[in-house]
Amino acid sequence: MQVTRRQALGISAGGMAFLALGPGMKVALADAAATEKSLMEFTGGKTPTAGKVTLKAPEIAENGNTVPITVSVDSEMTAQSYVQSVTLLAEGNPNPAVATFHFSPMSGEASATTRMRLAKTQNVIAIAKMSDGSVFMDKKQVKVTIGGCGG
Amino acid sequence: MAAPKPRVKIPKTASAGEVITIKTLISHKMESGQRKDKDGKVIPREIINKFSCEFNGQPVFSCDVEPAISANPYFEFTAKVMESGTFKFAWVDDTGDIYTHEQAIEVK
Repeated sequence: MQVTRRQALGISAGGMAFLALGPGMKVALADAAATEKSLMEFTGGKTPTAGKVTLKAPEIAENGNTVPITVSVDSEMTAQSYVQSVTLLAEGNPNPAVATFHFSPMSGEASATTRMRLAKTQNVIAIAKMSDGSVFMDKKQVKVTIGGCGG
Repeated sequence: MAAPKPRVKIPKTASAGEVITIKTLISHKMESGQRKDKDGKVIPREIINKFSCEFNGQPVFSCDVEPAISANPYFEFTAKVMESGTFKFAWVDDTGDIYTHEQAIEVK
């Protein structure tokens, strides 16, 4: 079969569009590897153990633009033993980092609430770093009906 | 955009050693840098990138903020108060502006 000039153009244009779309889509949303990288940067290479951290988030968020989220860590919060910082990561956002809270013994309790954006249904991860260097984490899936990073 | 207006809610009085809850909100659009305008150009990022709270000059709580925090960023956290004093709050904008707020508490 002879391929006409018009057909050839159509095929190559389609191919190029596909190529442009393929890697482009991957860059747009952070994947597990990017999340893992930010996690390791925060913990300094340590793998966090589950426990101590409680992440409170709605199971279904109707609007991904403002999702209330509370993170609390079980700690005495004394000058000897306290929670240094807690970081929040969202696996499916364009950039996995959400916020990092820094506590001090003057905080009284290691607990904070904020509102975050979620692009789609995904896991939200909270990692806590204690004053003695140990790291703990909690993970929660939030279903999102309308994404919050649109434009 | 109108100048960001901070709003802070803390109790007026507390007893010594009490853990109080502090609620803060600031009006800010938190432009993420991901959105595009109708000509397809990316709208530059403009967010509050840091929030901090001190009590009598000592750090209580601070937060590094990323674009994934919603517009009009809201933070709720706790503080243990031992004496009367002043809470100082600061929000740092990408533009370099710093918005501050002060509020006193009486400890009996």
